[in-house]
Amino acid sequence: MEFQIFGIGILTWIVFLPIVGMLIVLLIPSENKNAIRWTAAGATGLQLLLAVILLGLFDRTALGINDPGSFQFVEQFDWIIVEAVPWVGKIEILYFLGIDGLSILMVLLTALISLIGVISSWSIERMVKGYFALYLLLVTGMMGVFVALDFFLFFIFWEVMLLPMYFLIGIWGGPRREYAAIKFFIYTFVGGVLMLLVMLGLYFSVAYTNGAGEQVHTFNLLHMMNSANFVEGSIFYGMDTTWRYAAWVALFISFAIKVPLFPFHTWLPDAHVEAPTPISVILAGVLLKLGTYGMLRILFPILPDGTVYFMYLMAALGMISIIYGALCAMAQDDFKKLIAYSSISHMGIVMLGMASLTNQGTVGAVLQMFNHGTITAMLFLIVGVLYDRTHKRGLYDFGGIANQMPKYTGIAMVAMFAALGLPGLSGFVSELFSFLGAFSSFRVITIISVSGIIFTAAYILWTIQRVFLGELGDEHKSLTDLTGRELLMFVPLMLIVIFLGVYPGPAIELMNASLSHLVEFVNVAGR
Amino acid sequence: MAEHIIESIYRFLPEIALTVTLVAAIVADLILRERNRHVAWVVLAGLAVTALLVLGQRGWNVSIFSDTIAVDPFAVFFKAVLLVAGIFIVLFSMKSRELEINSSRIGEYYMLITGVIFGMFLMVGATNLLLMYLAFELASISSYVLAGFTKSLRRSAEASMKYIIFGAVSSGFLIYGISLLVGVTGAVDIYGVRDALQAGVEQTNALYVAIIMMIVGFSYKITAVPFHFWAPDVYQGAPVTITAFLATASKVAGFAMMIRFFRISFMDSGVLASPSFDGAASIVPWHLILAVLAAVTMLAANLMALWQENIKRLLAYSSIAHAGFILMGLALVTDEGISAMMIYLAIYLFMNMGAFYVVMLVANKLNTEAIADYEGLGHRSPFLSVSMAIFLVALAGFPPTAGFIAKVYIFGATISAGMIWLVAVAGLATVISLFYYIRVVRNMFLVEPHESQGPVQYDTSSVIILVLLLVPVLLLGVYFSPIVNWAKQAVTMFGM
Repeated sequence: MEFQIFGIGILTWIVFLPIVGMLIVLLIPSENKNAIRWTAAGATGLQLLLAVILLGLFDRTALGINDPGSFQFVEQFDWIIVEAVPWVGKIEILYFLGIDGLSILMVLLTALISLIGVISSWSIERMVKGYFALYLLLVTGMMGVFVALDFFLFFIFWEVMLLPMYFLIGIWGGPRREYAAIKFFIYTFVGGVLMLLVMLGLYFSVAYTNGAGEQVHTFNLLHMMNSANFVEGSIFYGMDTTWRYAAWVALFISFAIKVPLFPFHTWLPDAHVEAPTPISVILAGVLLKLGTYGMLRILFPILPDGTVYFMYLMAALGMISIIYGALCAMAQDDFKKLIAYSSISHMGIVMLGMASLTNQGTVGAVLQMFNHGTITAMLFLIVGVLYDRTHKRGLYDFGGIANQMPKYTGIAMVAMFAALGLPGLSGFVSELFSFLGAFSSFRVITIISVSGIIFTAAYILWTIQRVFLGELGDEHKSLTDLTGRELLMFVPLMLIVIFLGVYPGPAIELMNASLSHLVEFVNVAGR
Repeated sequence: MAEHIIESIYRFLPEIALTVTLVAAIVADLILRERNRHVAWVVLAGLAVTALLVLGQRGWNVSIFSDTIAVDPFAVFFKAVLLVAGIFIVLFSMKSRELEINSSRIGEYYMLITGVIFGMFLMVGATNLLLMYLAFELASISSYVLAGFTKSLRRSAEASMKYIIFGAVSSGFLIYGISLLVGVTGAVDIYGVRDALQAGVEQTNALYVAIIMMIVGFSYKITAVPFHFWAPDVYQGAPVTITAFLATASKVAGFAMMIRFFRISFMDSGVLASPSFDGAASIVPWHLILAVLAAVTMLAANLMALWQENIKRLLAYSSIAHAGFILMGLALVTDEGISAMMIYLAIYLFMNMGAFYVVMLVANKLNTEAIADYEGLGHRSPFLSVSMAIFLVALAGFPPTAGFIAKVYIFGATISAGMIWLVAVAGLATVISLFYYIRVVRNMFLVEPHESQGPVQYDTSSVIILVLLLVPVLLLGVYFSPIVNWAKQAVTMFGM
């Protein structure tokens, strides 16, 4: 399927609109703060509009994953071509974009959260121009990762996100922002270097024969998924070799850092606590999903043998993340840190579902990625609202907010109970699917993991009790309820959370075809 | 014979143009007297003419002056790179405040720069061992003088002195190695050495010593650890313009000569390429020596850079570390590795020059080279700081800058050659390097300036020079096929 605007494909638009916005922002004089904000809102708003158009035109039956014919909205151009010389064949790097059932929800999520992030950024007053320029660059990087089908392109988008994030945390963050920013930076950079090495190894291992009969080395992900394209004698040739396992581990670490999975998670609480609210929202809402998305898009289909071999390792790390994250969350007295640890716990569920290599588990995992994105974004916004008004976010600093801010409390309850996994809200469906899928693959691990739900319930209920119930402190008697702008951020997210809780069918339909194809492919190729 | 000489002279036009420039600079210096800073324009014009002549040499593949100098795509590639470096250095020098200390002799300064470039031109083309040595000396001796140009500054005089002593030692190693090699093989040009090695030599111990001596000699020039220790002091002491020149052009020329020597003499002689070859030279694992040298250089230089407080010294260690990355390419014994080195060197030139240029501009205005004094610079001079940040992340190897492409090719060639341990070390070194590059970026942007520090402004011409360096660093990061194609073709047509 093709869809073009002014002769340029819709995916190029959706990826590069924020860059256009960034250039405009850079041209606006820095005193004109509102013009800058509206430009950013316009760019991300148009992006969301395009994402909705994509959703409307999306063909739910197309497979994608490793089948070049069934990707949608494909744009493929030669980007870098190095002609063949005697000692090395032709080299190609593609500008190759396309989406399938795995990426459509993520594209939608990115566009939505980006816009909400902009609305939430309205209250930023310091160096507005620099802030929004970096923010829009970050959005391009995120969106690019979800639609790139060439490893080189994927990697560039992946790394492009790093620097804006470093500055956004480092300049606009809280008191310990420098430490948090550099920690985030170094963790992800290590992951990036590992990914680069595996990428280059894969590149030299994979070659296909083009129409003219030339051997072409390529970064095309779809060619890398075809084991027949691995050149005999190359480093990753064959199945179940030591080098392939090593590559799997390296690539897994680089993605696991982003997820973040225990034991690579320690950057997350610091980054979240220090980041300004909109950046926390982006971080939890979209950035963490890049890790699990990368696993499904690249790690699983390209190295299926390693995926099957290390299945239990993935599940075990998922389990530890679930329990450990929930226990840590319970011990926090800082609202933001609590949500940060709950993110680790919830992303553990995604990992567990994916590791099961069952259709049900994978669908649950991807749905959980989406739901966690919306729910956690809400939770961080909820903290942000309180912090904006009181400049405090200690759990023991509040109490009785429910009477003073009823609208706020109502929305907070929806988000909290969704995070808890209450039936009828979106979190329940995806967690259920993930655990069901996982149970058919690993009994014991799943049983232990499910106990994490109890801890989750404990810390969520305790938080509600500490913040919203009880006596209202005197200093909080003047708190005002949500403003129109704040409602604008919350209401769409809340509607999605409720809708997907009651009727998750449409979302599952979007990805079912692609994911069942992926699971089948990995299981066949890996065993 | 006469025809051959006339033909050779025709092929030698760029070098002749440089010589004419050198003479013109001397004459202009005498005529202009007090206004001798205008000599820069004479040199600039001469370099531009030379550049045109070099471009005219594209595709040539001949050997001139009785097979002592090659004019092949490889040499042309490096001549182009060196000219770019030369032109930028002259531009920098016109903007430098530091050089005004010795302004009455600035005419000599430009003349010497032309002389160094002439020597480097010979270095990249020479195929005769003696000419290689002469070219090496010509470039070095002029550089010693340049490093001490601001001699009334103690640090500059000291730098020059250190440079002379260590330079003399490296020359000694080189000439010792060359004489042994000539003795063992009976040939004075690198093709003769190749043929002699293919035929097999008897004195293997002497050959062993010769190769090690030559590696040591070259290592001084390219600042490979542990032969680097002169570099930080010299780089810190010399005027910034000369530091930039030494850290880029001088290294580029050193690498070019080294590549040609090892590629023709050892790689082509099949010393390692064919396992069936049982000649004496096969017992010399020169590529492993180079690989270890590269690994040690990357790790040590990056670690030492972490503790630097002076930005010039930091960039000195960074450039030593980059020499390690580049050296990996030669250790692979593949043409792929060599083309990756060429890509790296060309890109390295732009990003390193850019960083040094910013250092110079900052020193011009704020009179400081301390990293601590970069605090808050992002608020005081946003464009300059953003440029510096781009050059630094390029040096760290971030996409979408050219530095990333350089790393991709050198890492890729290493993986392709199967030296996984080496690329793992390189990956580790890259991560370490991030710490010190980001420290400067942090000082510029994450720290607020003091109240008393106002904005720092720069004139338009300074900004234009900066943009000229920024464009290739960003453009080659997203569209690099021209340079890659050029490098690959150059290696393929190597000295046939």
